[in-house]
Amino acid sequence: MTGPRVALFATCLTDTLYPETARAVLTLLERLGCTVEFPLAQTCCGQMHFNTGYAGHARPLARDYAAAFDGYDYVVTPSGSCGGMVREIHPGLCGTSPAVERTYELSEFLVDVLGTIDVGAYFPHRVTYHPTCHSLRMLGVGDKPLRLLRAVEGLELTELPLAEQCCGFGGTFAIKNAETSTAMLADKMNAVQDTGAQVLTAGDNSCLMHIGGGLSRLRAGIRTVHLAEILASTEEEPWPVGTR
Amino acid sequence: MAGRNPVTWLGSPTFPKAAHIALGDTQLRSNLRKATTTIRTKRAGVVAELDDWERLRRAGEAIKDSVLADLDTYLSRLEESVTARGGVVHWARDADEANRIVLDLVRAQGAEEVVKVKSMATAELGLNEALEEGGVHAVETDLAELIVQLGHDRPSHILVPAIHRNRAEIKNIFDREMPERPASDEPRDLAEAARRHLRRKFLSAKVAISGANFAVADTGSIVVVESEGNGRMCVTLPETLITVMGIEKVVPSWQDLEVFLQLLPRSSTAERMNPYTSVWSGVTPGDGPSTFHLVLLDNGRTATLADRVGRQALRCIRCSACLNVCPVYERTGGQAYGSVYPGPIGAILAPQLSGDLHDEQVASLPFASSLCGACYEVCPVRINIPEVLTHLREQAVKAKGKRTPEAIAMSAAAWVFADPKRYEAMQRAGSLSRLLARDGRISRLPWPGSKWTATRDAPSIPEESFRAWWRRNRE
Ligand code: SF4
Repeated sequence: MTGPRVALFATCLTDTLYPETARAVLTLLERLGCTVEFPLAQTCCGQMHFNTGYAGHARPLARDYAAAFDGYDYVVTPSGSCGGMVREIHPGLCGTSPAVERTYELSEFLVDVLGTIDVGAYFPHRVTYHPTCHSLRMLGVGDKPLRLLRAVEGLELTELPLAEQCCGFGGTFAIKNAETSTAMLADKMNAVQDTGAQVLTAGDNSCLMHIGGGLSRLRAGIRTVHLAEILASTEEEPWPVGTR
Repeated sequence: MAGRNPVTWLGSPTFPKAAHIALGDTQLRSNLRKATTTIRTKRAGVVAELDDWERLRRAGEAIKDSVLADLDTYLSRLEESVTARGGVVHWARDADEANRIVLDLVRAQGAEEVVKVKSMATAELGLNEALEEGGVHAVETDLAELIVQLGHDRPSHILVPAIHRNRAEIKNIFDREMPERPASDEPRDLAEAARRHLRRKFLSAKVAISGANFAVADTGSIVVVESEGNGRMCVTLPETLITVMGIEKVVPSWQDLEVFLQLLPRSSTAERMNPYTSVWSGVTPGDGPSTFHLVLLDNGRTATLADRVGRQALRCIRCSACLNVCPVYERTGGQAYGSVYPGPIGAILAPQLSGDLHDEQVASLPFASSLCGACYEVCPVRINIPEVLTHLREQAVKAKGKRTPEAIAMSAAAWVFADPKRYEAMQRAGSLSRLLARDGRISRLPWPGSKWTATRDAPSIPEESFRAWWRRNRE
């Protein structure tokens, strides 16, 4: 029996800046028996344009998305915010499509579609988890990422204080209201440091880029690692996190 | 149009500039954090007590939506009922008109001082200033509102306008402005001082001005909800009562009130029931004011109603829950929004009521959000604030035109994303940015990236994108 035919929607940010996350999703899904493809026609879901007030530019990108991901059993993305953009916003821009309806954020796909909590991962570090706003409120992934993390062998999960508060990224908000964004980031970094965790994880590289960029400037010694990379890591093949 | 846009304060800087000032004020930030955290936690607690909260929210949303869909019908029904009970109804298109109506009514009574119970509508109009110009002094009787007024300050919160002040600051203001100084900065002494100060005003005022939380179309009843009793005094003691109310506050029947009287106190003050709910219907001989005037205010509301996406902002019952959960509001405070309506609801309501997205300050408001969605989650009438924010951003962008550096960059990015080949070529070109990096991190980017790297490192673009890796290994 072969598993479902899954298209990986890497998102422009992960494809370009964090290819290791996309490779982790690939490794993980193949390990769980899926047939994974990467449609090369994909680019960007249009979130940056839409959220900044350029819906006109987002519309053709939404149409391209529906075309690029047509015909797969599922589309899986390692991003809560891009997943939210596709599922919640695309239908308003250009109507719904099979691709939109079959799009899942990674943790949703693992738990709801594959029905797995224990993905056989091994990650012997102290980890804290930041629930990104769009995973939390747009997609409502709830505690799925936490359940996945709790099942990871060797992983010590520590609770993040005020976890549900926004980290201050917000796409172009981080530039347009840079100082307010930074004030929010500072509080988030304090909370992360209070946990004593070695690794901060989340289901979205955009928020991790923001928080990780701040922690790196502070030389806080805390690494930011996408959830997919933790789940891809095994005892035999530890995921090479933080090599960059 | 001269005198238009009274909704935002004239001469206010854009949000990022105003936020800069607020962010530098550590006292303000700690006052705000303390206050919002406390009320946030309390609210979550009392809301969790009701297992039908979601159904109540949906009921509130549905009632408001059906009223908005037939607003003209409900308003004429309201006018009829109020008139039938001896009240007088006035219609005001904008701030100037409303202020003139009220001033004329006050003058007709020969009053030089009026007492007021906190009203967002009159704050929106700048009524106090307009009265002052006409020789009438308005006394705010709500404690927080009084603090703002005596402090010659501006409000920073819908419900707690003086949320940005702490006890010591309030004591200073009272010492300066009241005939009798408060004994200490204990809440009880501060309240006692205010009570004495206000009692004299209540007993001498001939005219009171109030807002309205709701107006019942069927019976012409006006409802004011408050927690200090000052509202009760205002609507019962003086001879003349003038109520100024936004046209969206009407509800069809008493039955509808039931829903809102549950949603409002839990969302706003985190109480199960608010201490004072005053309801009056026209005038009753021998009881309460002998004349009652109702001013129905448009001031940009029908224009807002005409906007399919934006109109949901008119559902707002001014509970302020969205302010208390907003991470942006928590850091910048309310005055940064430059309007009587701050926070998430202010960011969508003020631009719509003012109706001018060509104004730089107004146009900055819809961008004062990270779109985290906490406001939508908490709103008792389910206003999808993020949706309206992006909708208004679109209008703000259109108002600016296609020649701004941002618009050009966005077009360029869209052009790149529109073609996977162009996109891949850009990735390859971008990976040269590695030359800027040390240990894979970039700590200085050119403008506008410099705003990012002021406080955050940026990742360098790796040598090989995932796409390129896939091509090499899997195609
Ligand atoms: S928008 Fe919703 S949460 Fe905010 S003040 Fe209005 S009713 Fe309350």
